[in-house]
Amino acid sequence: MRREPPQRLGDYGPLFFPAGMLTLFFVVPFATMIAVSFFQREQGGFYTPAFVLDNYARFLSLFFGKVLGFSLFLAVAVAIACVVVGVPFTYLLARSARKMQIAWLVALLSILSLSEVMIGFAWSTLFSRTAGITNLFVWLGLMSQAQALTPSFGAVMTAMTYQAFPYTVLVLYPALVRLDPTLAEAARTLGASPVKAFFTVVVPALRNTILATLIMVFIFALGSYLLPQLLGRPQHWTLSVLITDQAIYQSNMPFAAAMAVFLVLVSLALVGLAVYAGQQKEAK
Amino acid sequence: MTALRRLLFFVVGLFLALPLIVVAGVSINQRQTLAFPPQGFSLAWYGQIFTNPEWRNALVASLTLAATSALLALLIALPLAWFLWRRLAPWANIFQLLGVAPFTLPPVITALGLLTFWATTGLYGQAWTAAISHGIFFVTLPLVTLSLGFSAIDRSLVEAAATMGADDRTIFRTVVLPLILPYIVSGYAFAFVLSLNEYIVAYMTVGFTMETLPIKIFNALRYGYTPTMASVTVLFLVIAAVIFGLVARFGDLPKLLGALSEDK
Repeated sequence: MRREPPQRLGDYGPLFFPAGMLTLFFVVPFATMIAVSFFQREQGGFYTPAFVLDNYARFLSLFFGKVLGFSLFLAVAVAIACVVVGVPFTYLLARSARKMQIAWLVALLSILSLSEVMIGFAWSTLFSRTAGITNLFVWLGLMSQAQALTPSFGAVMTAMTYQAFPYTVLVLYPALVRLDPTLAEAARTLGASPVKAFFTVVVPALRNTILATLIMVFIFALGSYLLPQLLGRPQHWTLSVLITDQAIYQSNMPFAAAMAVFLVLVSLALVGLAVYAGQQKEAK
Repeated sequence: MTALRRLLFFVVGLFLALPLIVVAGVSINQRQTLAFPPQGFSLAWYGQIFTNPEWRNALVASLTLAATSALLALLIALPLAWFLWRRLAPWANIFQLLGVAPFTLPPVITALGLLTFWATTGLYGQAWTAAISHGIFFVTLPLVTLSLGFSAIDRSLVEAAATMGADDRTIFRTVVLPLILPYIVSGYAFAFVLSLNEYIVAYMTVGFTMETLPIKIFNALRYGYTPTMASVTVLFLVIAAVIFGLVARFGDLPKLLGALSEDK
């Protein structure tokens, strides 16, 4: 069957409903949010149409700078941790028996879809004094007394890595399954150990994929909004938490919208970079 | 290499399983304590989900929301994916991009966009607005599985049907639909499970008028601990594992997740 350009109006029929829904409920809300980011805030949680830059001017405060700096730092740290473990893991997974791959994929998908609330709850339990991991350490004689490990930076970082790891593997999986197996075999034939072959042949061949994955996981981690709240102190709050806080609890929609627009711009720039990195690979 | 692989798989598996093991443990505590290893054995906290009206209402709200929003996502994705496959219209790819965008951007952005939208239109808080919000938010999943499904169809099959006089409608019903049915089912399944677990979009659109299970757990966390949170977490994990297990059993999960099929 040849694909033809639509000729009659009726040929566009199937497009009406999807295009209408996406425009009305994604494009329009998005535009509304951008408009609100320029609105004037009123007392009592309301706002009036205006065109002011006050909401964006607040970015210049030290407080905002600190939150932004911490968000970026946390997301970078999570992305690096996930990719460092994820690349060798996914490489080995892609070379495992099919049944084993399917079992892991089902487990990873289940954890990936687990609500952020539940992941936060699970880790706060594991890090609690009464039911936590420190009881195991006491039992093993490593610690003298059980203690709570939250709230702390370590707890936030661990839980976010937990949340992002399945995502990392699923982003890496297609590229690693398609990786030419003869690459590593050739290195082995020439006398390289499996570990050496992995680092000197496989990793360099995947350079662009790894870079693109780092960026994707970075954006994913940037979106985490509950774990810093549930497991961290206020100084561990990220931009996503701040947006939620301003929108819901401080009722400052214009400022929340301005921060969201800023987050969109950062994310879009990074997605563009990731797509570019991915295309470099294909061009080669 | 095998030893190294076993070690890495074991460490990663332990890391992924540890919090879930502890949650499963505290969910069977006899009394309302946060203790691990569990003290006593009781399945009462699983019963709570269905007998306590608050938890049961949240469960029903979550299941209803997931079922309707996944259906809506599918209804948006199916004609779009079909059109992009059937017609040569490069500009229509913009809608594919729009369908993938909510899932790629940090979720708080979509949530806030929808919050301002529903607040501006005065519909804020209605239960059905959550279904539309989730339908849009998760349209990516059926869109991706269906695009994959369509691209796997051998176009000569369709051509043969057309030569023998079948019109577009007949071709879709008798040739295309049976071939993409597995992708329809898995797209729906993915959207369903993710909607069941989603928190921020649901919270920002209907958080003050309706409680889904994730919202219920978050609200309950503020007032302290109850083992029902743990039993709900285990229940949701089992639901996800069963659904993805079924997708893997009746479909080709590695292929869905982007691997090349083995015969290629």
